[in-house]
Formats: sequence, C-alpha cells, structure tokens
Amino acid sequence: MGGFSKMAITKLHEIHTRRKSRNVGLGLVLAAFVVLILGLTMVKVTTTPIGNIGSAEAHQ
Amino acid sequence: MTDATTTLDDDFEASFGDFFALLKPRVMSLVVFTAMVGLIVAPGTVHPFVAFFSILCVAIGGGASGALNMWYDADIDRVMKRTKGRPIPAGKVTAGEALAIGVTLSAFSVIMLGLASNWVAAGLLAFTIFFYAVVYTMWLKRSTPQNIVIGGAAGAFPPMIGWAVVTGDITVASCLMFALTFMWTPPHFWALALFMNSDYDKAKVPMLPVTHGTRVTRNHILVYTLLLALTAGALLFTSIAGWCYLVAFVVMNALFIIGAIKIWRRDDAASKADNFKAERSFFKLSLAYLFAHFTALMFDAMLSGFLSIGGLF
Repeated sequence: MGGFSKMAITKLHEIHTRRKSRNVGLGLVLAAFVVLILGLTMVKVTTTPIGNIGSAEAHQ
Repeated sequence: MTDATTTLDDDFEASFGDFFALLKPRVMSLVVFTAMVGLIVAPGTVHPFVAFFSILCVAIGGGASGALNMWYDADIDRVMKRTKGRPIPAGKVTAGEALAIGVTLSAFSVIMLGLASNWVAAGLLAFTIFFYAVVYTMWLKRSTPQNIVIGGAAGAFPPMIGWAVVTGDITVASCLMFALTFMWTPPHFWALALFMNSDYDKAKVPMLPVTHGTRVTRNHILVYTLLLALTAGALLFTSIAGWCYLVAFVVMNALFIIGAIKIWRRDDAASKADNFKAERSFFKLSLAYLFAHFTALMFDAMLSGFLSIGGLF
C-alpha cells in the first residue's frame, strides 16, 4: 500500500486541504440547485394544463 | 465609495461560512419569516414546492442585498465595533468577491422567482434589492438622519412579495403589512442607536442621536411608536386579521408604548447610570413586537375556518 500513493497521477496540493470547506460547500449548493430545478420542473409539468403551456397562465 | 482593498493573508482561505456570513443570515431570517407569513395569509393557494422555492428566492435576494451592503460599507464596518467582525473588515473575503456574489445572487433570485411564481413578485424583489443596495446603502445612509426611516422600506417588502407569489397582485392588506414593518423600523433602530451612539459617531454615519442629539431621538421614538400602533391597528380592518392578531395588537402595543414612554422620560445621565437598561429592553421588545404581530396573522390564517373577525369593524 505504501507504494500505491507514489503511483497516483495527481498530487494532493496543500491548497486542496485549505479549500476543502469551500469546495464541499459549493458542491452541496450546486447539488441542491439541481434538485430544486428538477422539483420545480416536475411541479410545473404536472400542474400546468397542456392547453396552457406557453401561455401567460403557465407562469401563475 | 468604499476603499476596501483588503489585503488577505496568503495562508488564509475563506471558508464557506465566511461567504455565507456575507448574506447576513440573521436579517435573512426576518425576511424569510415575514415573506412566509405574507404567503400564508394571502387568499388563494400555491403548490407547496413553489411556495418553498419562492421563499428561498426571497431569502437569497435578501442575502444578496446584504452582500452588496457589506461591499459598499466595508469602510464603515471596519470602524464600528458592532460590524468589524464582518467578513470584509475581518480580512476573510475581499470586497470584489462580495460584489460579485451580491450581483450574481440578485439576478439569480429575481429571475428564478419570476419563473417559479410570477413577475409581480419578482419585480417587487428586484425593487427591494435596488432599494436596499442603492437607495439606502449608497444614498440615504451617509446623507440624512432619516436614513432608516426611508430605508426601512427595503425590509418591509418581503410580506408583500409573499402575498404577490400567491395572488400576483398588490392589495390594501399587503400594503398594510408593508406599513407595519416600515413604521416599526425607526423606533427599533433608534433604540439601538441610543446605546450604540459612539459606534455611529466614529463611523460618521448621520444617525439621529449623532446629528440631533439623544433628546430629539427619544421624542422621535415615542412619536413613531404611537404612529406604529395606529398602523398596526389599521390591519384590524382587513380580512386577514382575526382574534389572535387583536390580542397580539393590544398586548404588544401597550408594552411598546410603555417602553417608549420610559425612554422618553429618561435623560442621558439616567441611561448611562444603568447602562441603557430601558433602551436595551425596548430594542429586544421591538423584535418580539414584530414577531408577535406576524405570528398572530399566521395563526389567524390557519384558524380562519374556525374563528373569524375578518374585517372586524
């Protein structure tokens, strides 16, 4: 196992450790954003009558 | 303008929490709460997910205006004891980063709210951000002792936005919820300014106690508290007020007026002798005052099927 780390093609720089909190936080925010947009799309698709799609009522 | 060219320590990396602090989470909680009440008391229904998403957009928009405020006011924040721990003066985040976050989240929140609910609500949110960041922060705050009187409008819009999410319009009831928060802001901040006077003086922010003295401020607190009671009472004439609101109105306004009279009867010597006890308790009471009124409206909406004095008179 000791030699395994030498084979890694990327080297963990010290900056990765320092920025871990930011990166994890941003990752979670982006994941939440995807879930929210998916949820909103599902709601809009299931609650908007087909005849109203594209009309002003679709945005109510 | 701010000359916040903060030098960041090379070894220091701002954490996610430092960026989140730019959004003024405590102010955001008030925004979320009042917007949620506006949404709940509005006639009509909206899908729960759309309601949640809309409140989230209002929270992000409110937070974005907070970031813009911190960007512009970094020079003042650095001087004031109450604000020098904020991310920019503390050297955790640069002013440029705060500006970028503020602008991006502002645009994002307005567009997403428009797409999720309607463009009346989105327009109100855009105007709120503009009012807080430009009218209050860039213009009024440093130029007039009436800064928080007019600037208070920015914090008063969220219940109107919540209402507009459901109804898509602006009505007397939603305007009165706006007026309640608008009239509440001056006595709330002037009480704070009385015991934080030296902070504002150092930062050269023309708060009323700095420009006109504490006697005038005490008079203003009393007058605005009486006007606030009238404004809060006006909501009783609308269909959204019920028995809960009536009780909250009577109890909280009685306490608030008594508190304002106490402050009015005191002078600086008496205040300094007990370390501004009356002013501090009035400030805390002001938070309970707003919370009680909006909570009561929310309960009335929930109980409206059982009890109703809607449009009492």
